[in-house]
Amino acid sequence: MAMPPPTAAASPSRTAAKTTLEPWRDPQAKPYVRVEKVTKKFGDFTAVDDVSLSIYRGEFFSLLGGSGSGKTTLLRMLAGFEQPTEGRIFIDGVDMSGVPPYERPVNMMFQSYALFPHMTVEGNIAFGLHQDKVPKAEIQDRVREVLELVQLAQFGKRKPHQLSGGQRQRVALARALVKRPKILLLDEPLGALDKKLREQTQFELVNIQEKVGITFVIVTHDQEEAMTMSSRIAVMNRGYIAQVGTPTEIYEYPNNRFVAEFIGSVNTFSGRVIESAQDHSLVRSEEAGCDLYISHPSHIATGTPCWVAVRPEKVTISKDQPMGGEPGRNQTQGVVKEIAYLGDVSIYDVELDSGKRVRVTAPNVTRRTEMPITWEDRVHLSWRPFAGSVLTE
Amino acid sequence: MAAISNPVPGGSRNSAGLVPPEPVEPVTSGQAPGGAGAAEPGPRGSGLGLLSRFRPGRGVVMAIPYGWLLLFFLIPFLIVLKISLSEAQLAIPPFTPLTETLAEEGRTVITLFWDNYRRLTGDDLYIIAYLNSLWIAFVSTIFCLLIGYPVAYAIAKADPRWRAPLLMLIILPFWTSFLIRVYAWIGILSDTGLLNNFLMMLGIIDSPLRILYTPTATYIGITYSYLPFMILPLYATLEKMDNTLLEAAADLGCPPWKAFLTITLPLSIPGMLAGSLLVFIPATGEFVIPELLGGPDTLMIGRVLWSEFFNNRDWPVASAVAIALLLFLVVPIMLFQNVQGRQQEAGRG
Ligand SMILES: Nc1ncnc2c1ncn2[C@@H]1O[C@H](COP(=O)(O)OP(=O)(O)OP(=O)(O)O)[C@@H](O)[C@H]1O
Ligand SMILES: [Mg+2]
Repeated sequence: MAMPPPTAAASPSRTAAKTTLEPWRDPQAKPYVRVEKVTKKFGDFTAVDDVSLSIYRGEFFSLLGGSGSGKTTLLRMLAGFEQPTEGRIFIDGVDMSGVPPYERPVNMMFQSYALFPHMTVEGNIAFGLHQDKVPKAEIQDRVREVLELVQLAQFGKRKPHQLSGGQRQRVALARALVKRPKILLLDEPLGALDKKLREQTQFELVNIQEKVGITFVIVTHDQEEAMTMSSRIAVMNRGYIAQVGTPTEIYEYPNNRFVAEFIGSVNTFSGRVIESAQDHSLVRSEEAGCDLYISHPSHIATGTPCWVAVRPEKVTISKDQPMGGEPGRNQTQGVVKEIAYLGDVSIYDVELDSGKRVRVTAPNVTRRTEMPITWEDRVHLSWRPFAGSVLTE
Repeated sequence: MAAISNPVPGGSRNSAGLVPPEPVEPVTSGQAPGGAGAAEPGPRGSGLGLLSRFRPGRGVVMAIPYGWLLLFFLIPFLIVLKISLSEAQLAIPPFTPLTETLAEEGRTVITLFWDNYRRLTGDDLYIIAYLNSLWIAFVSTIFCLLIGYPVAYAIAKADPRWRAPLLMLIILPFWTSFLIRVYAWIGILSDTGLLNNFLMMLGIIDSPLRILYTPTATYIGITYSYLPFMILPLYATLEKMDNTLLEAAADLGCPPWKAFLTITLPLSIPGMLAGSLLVFIPATGEFVIPELLGGPDTLMIGRVLWSEFFNNRDWPVASAVAIALLLFLVVPIMLFQNVQGRQQEAGRG
């Protein structure tokens, strides 16, 4: 179900939001949500560990992390269902300490939808408006409007149990949206949907967010979902924030091993920093069998052990010595051990002389290469200086 | 049963009434005489086909509750129904048999004696007793609901560690005899009982309150005795209620007291209905409590029934009273529950 494209006048398009409006780069910009050194403990267990975050108006902000990493707990603290053990949360400049959920300018879409089973779809959606004492006529208009937005106009009189899973999910979204909150919190909103419906709904969500212009904070443990939808992503691990950044930053320039390995697949080479300059870093790695030249600073002192991440699709595989480049830098050799043909790309598993296995993805450009690479071929691997990324533990 | 003597391996399963007990010969030996042998494949084959569809294990499981109901509900009900349609007589048993075999004609004649029912409608003692019972049961049910709801709610909201002990306290009185507990109320409510002594000691009253042997004592007794039957189903409903619904309500701007009224209360209606029925039905037919605590003017149908049985020895009228109670009370409630059940099923989805 395609959403009508948002009119340019009504709201800025996503690309514009991404390239020209990047408030997090502007030191003057005032964050809409500020999480200040928030820690949440359940007994002895620390579920959220000293988290600080700034989320800006109109963002589509994702909390990404494995199971039990504290995403839901953080979201529930934003909604007011849990109180931080330490630290404070500000929404639109107001300290939220001690403000009960029913007085916060946020609405949450629950992982389980939490629709009221004894009310119709319309009753569910109107519930929040009744609480605000919105006049009857306006309630009707707004309910109809939001039902149209989520394309459930003809389902208003049904009870939740008479809807499909996907429809229920959209009712839950409508119920949270209709109140026009400052921030909409979504806890794994698409978790219950199958892959196809999921992808479709991801786009719908992004479209809706652009239309209504509400700040979205969404929890997910699906990295692909986070990548496609978000303006920025906070990667969480065991309660702390491993990295915050745009999808591109997170993917291209992960700054620690956890993030690099959590997002997509990656080759990591252990090594030692031998040059750390303003415009580049050089890492010597026995494992890679060459020096690794990275064309951006690592801010790590010379001599420090570190890792270098190189994405499989950034590695060039060839039978011949690659042209150009400096020998012994970002160039190594190995033997092909596995090949997986995936149609558009092939995945090669190459064993370096050090015994390290490296994964390489190469597009299948032509149908039949002159001399295709096969098992046990000795190959050259190389990558460009900007392909690598220096990681700390 | 013939099944036990059937030597066919595995035959004991399908001979449970499906195959006539006659072919006891060992048919597996292959030398069955012509007649039986020819007939063999037919019934046996179809019998097996039937069996695979019938699944005896499942049949047994289903038969147990039905058998129970048949044995302990339907048969006694039919016996009572039969007595209610006979005529009282001074004999043992004290009623006429329904069937009579007329010797000279060799026919069996069934005489249904409807007078007992006519008497129920004719004498307003019965009607008043019925109405009074319904009223007392109704008021007691309301009291149980008013007391039971907060108790059940408090237990359901208590720390999980405390729920089991608290429930235990609710169930604990069942460990003493019902009769003793009702007797204990005599000690509490009588003119020189605990309650009056206590109130007089505090100086709240000068002369003892007359509670025992009044309808008030009956209300107290019934409410006290049946309270657990209200609390337990209510607790079950409240305890399994999805807490995220309340969070969702709070999230949408609904303060807790309002969320209770708009979410918790409507969603606990099934529990309230279940508890109310569990209190109302037995309370209507209650005999012990009005007999022990109520005054002579506390007219309840259970007492009428008792006196018809034991004082008047009029079993047929007593049976008619019982049947009428059943029809007036249980049948509408069963219909109601049926509708309710279907609605609930739809509500769950
Ligand atoms: N009420 C609670 N009492 C005790 N521990 C809790 C409570 N709520 C959460 N936790 C613990 O805190 C940790 C983080 O939980 P949280 O629900 O935030 O994880 P999550 O990142 O949302 O995981 P998932 O992706 O599985 O939903 C978990 O280890 C969990 O067991
Ligand atoms: Mg979660």
